[in-house]
Amino acid sequence: MASVDLNLVDEILRTRPPEPRHLLALLQEIQARFRYLPKEAMLAVAGYLDVPLARVFSVAGFYKALSLTPKGERLVTVCQGTACHLRGASGLVGALEKRLGIGLGQTSADGRYGLESVNCLGACALAPVATVDGTVHGHLSPSKALELV
Amino acid sequence: MRLSDPIELEALRAVLAQGPAPVRRLWVCGGPGCLAAGAGRVQEALQAAAGEMGLAASVEYRTDLTGCLGLCERGPLVGVEPEGFLYGRVGPGDAMELVAETLLAGRLVGRLAADPDLPAGSDQPFYRPQTRLVMRRFGRVRPDSLEDYLASGGYAALGLALAGLSPGEVSRRVEESGLRGRGGGGFPAGRKWASCREAKGPAKYVVANGDEGDPGAFMNRSLMEGDPFSIIEGLTLGAYAIGAGKGFIYVRHEYPLSVERLGLAIGEAVSRGLLGPDILGSGFSLDLETVEGGGAFVCGESTSLMASIEGREGQPRVKYVRSTEKGLWDCPTLLQNVETWANVPPIVERGPDWFRSLGSDRNPGTKVFSLVGQVRRSGLVEMPLGSPIRAIVKDVGGGARPGRRLKAVQTGGPSGGCLPDGALDLPLDFDSLTAAGAIMGSGGLIVMDDLSCMVDVARYFTGFLMGESCGKCAPCREGLVLIHRILDGLCRGHGRRGDAAELSRLADMLSRTALCGLGQSAANPLLSTLRHFGEEYREHEEEGFCRSGRCQGLFQPLIDPEACTGCGASQKVCPAGAVRGAGKKPREVDAAGCVSCGACLQACRFGAAKAVPRPGRG
Repeated sequence: MASVDLNLVDEILRTRPPEPRHLLALLQEIQARFRYLPKEAMLAVAGYLDVPLARVFSVAGFYKALSLTPKGERLVTVCQGTACHLRGASGLVGALEKRLGIGLGQTSADGRYGLESVNCLGACALAPVATVDGTVHGHLSPSKALELV
Repeated sequence: MRLSDPIELEALRAVLAQGPAPVRRLWVCGGPGCLAAGAGRVQEALQAAAGEMGLAASVEYRTDLTGCLGLCERGPLVGVEPEGFLYGRVGPGDAMELVAETLLAGRLVGRLAADPDLPAGSDQPFYRPQTRLVMRRFGRVRPDSLEDYLASGGYAALGLALAGLSPGEVSRRVEESGLRGRGGGGFPAGRKWASCREAKGPAKYVVANGDEGDPGAFMNRSLMEGDPFSIIEGLTLGAYAIGAGKGFIYVRHEYPLSVERLGLAIGEAVSRGLLGPDILGSGFSLDLETVEGGGAFVCGESTSLMASIEGREGQPRVKYVRSTEKGLWDCPTLLQNVETWANVPPIVERGPDWFRSLGSDRNPGTKVFSLVGQVRRSGLVEMPLGSPIRAIVKDVGGGARPGRRLKAVQTGGPSGGCLPDGALDLPLDFDSLTAAGAIMGSGGLIVMDDLSCMVDVARYFTGFLMGESCGKCAPCREGLVLIHRILDGLCRGHGRRGDAAELSRLADMLSRTALCGLGQSAANPLLSTLRHFGEEYREHEEEGFCRSGRCQGLFQPLIDPEACTGCGASQKVCPAGAVRGAGKKPREVDAAGCVSCGACLQACRFGAAKAVPRPGRG
């Protein structure tokens, strides 16, 4: 794994005052820039906020938005909201899992794709929907979902 | 310009309200559904088309993004002011025609009408039964414009309060209005206000819960993105009433646009002296900020949410002491859903009697619902509380889709309940739903038809909650796994005698012993489906049969030759090539080749394809 750009970590830290309440926000910003939480960055956060490293790890492990391993370069997110479930979201997940060779929550071996689920995007009228890097695609069928990757 | 007192605010509001109004305006819906369907590109194309017509900087002919217009089913939507036309399924390619015909000439483009049979905008069956209070600015203002907010009556309540209402009087108006929390529980808001006003602490906080996590619910997102200032004004009034100096709006991780809109709105309000230090020269100050969630459903629970704001894991605590006394950092905290907060300004301005004139006696006011699922017209709907479920599902939503029969309405999110179609006359209010074994929740209404298997629905919600259980208490952490395992077995055809009884026992244990609201209500989907759809459980358990044609392998499709029109839709979707027939003749299913996937049932629009037991089972 490439070495972690500590200058960038430092830059992120300095966007917020060193109060423990900013722990989640800082970790989210690091996640957004690095696509995961590098160990070095978590150590730096613990030092900056003066909180135990154990607390940084527990928060990192608790929230679904945070990850200790790198997420895929392109993130495919299938909505698993109720409307999407009723209109066949599980079929989309099955087709994508088969094509990408990974399960929900995993990243392909080459690091290019990540497959995740979300509990509702509020686009229920377009159900079932999936997003690729944040762009929503609606009225999907398993075959149309495969065209996304 | 910073407003230095309530008089200046009134003067500015008067100027803005009388300012030159556009001759005509195209309002592009900026609701979640329409944005996902490409409303942003439609708005850009309209702007470009207007530019080509020389209207780029026109104040008379405008095209703007607004809040959710409601009829998500037909998105992207474009509304026309003042004519009231409503266009649906608008694409960027329609921009030139809309600008030339409608924006400039005021003529209807019939082919784009949202409902081709009923071209007029506000008189459609979708809108007729509705009462818009929380959503009153959607389709009338630009959500990111403080000037539009002021011109449409915004900040009248805060001006009134700071010009002469005591904090106690502001609180009294909310207490007497009978407003109940819109986030789910329906707890009387006034009791929280009174308790928090009296509580002592080194600091006090106001918090808005925008961590809308229920699948199938997008009311809160629509509000945060469609009228962010109404939430901010509500919080400001609350802070004034209880004496808080600091506030937070906690927004779900998946809603980056909500975070952005609220952040910009906060900045605007501060620059005008309507928020921040010394608001309107009154000496009262409120520092407000947004906090983005981390993608954990349990953080919608109030004590978890506060733990999350404090920068910790979002785990709940036992509520021996109410948050109004010891909440954030153990200080008195007034925490309410964003929709509850948005109700505060009109209550303070117009008084409790006016608010009580809406809705029903013990449930005054309106409620925003997201109506989704197997219904003809999905959308965002606001109704007076106490309206019968039928009015929303049938009148507004148009009932079940063609060829389908309505089976159940699910309310209250994953820990809500499923009501059978016989319950359609129940009034939609906090007490009636609770009595029927469901809950109001935050306002998700999910319609299910005869192709929705209620055992599968219970499995789905239990699976959802199992994944979102924080793991702190054993009944929720372990109980949901056990329940899910049995439900999964039933749906896969591994049901055993006694499964339903075991499910009842586990559900009872979970409801009585879980630590927080998530666990205590987690058995609701199971209990309500057992209660109203027990026969489907029995069929899965004893006969290995799924009458809804949902659980693979537990049924066989049969096409009724009398009802089949020979349209061929089922044949097209069959992955096994097992639907036989040609021309306009009725189709037949070849039982030997059928893989029991249910695709033909879903495809039939005439109700001709039915699920029957497989031979040799049961």
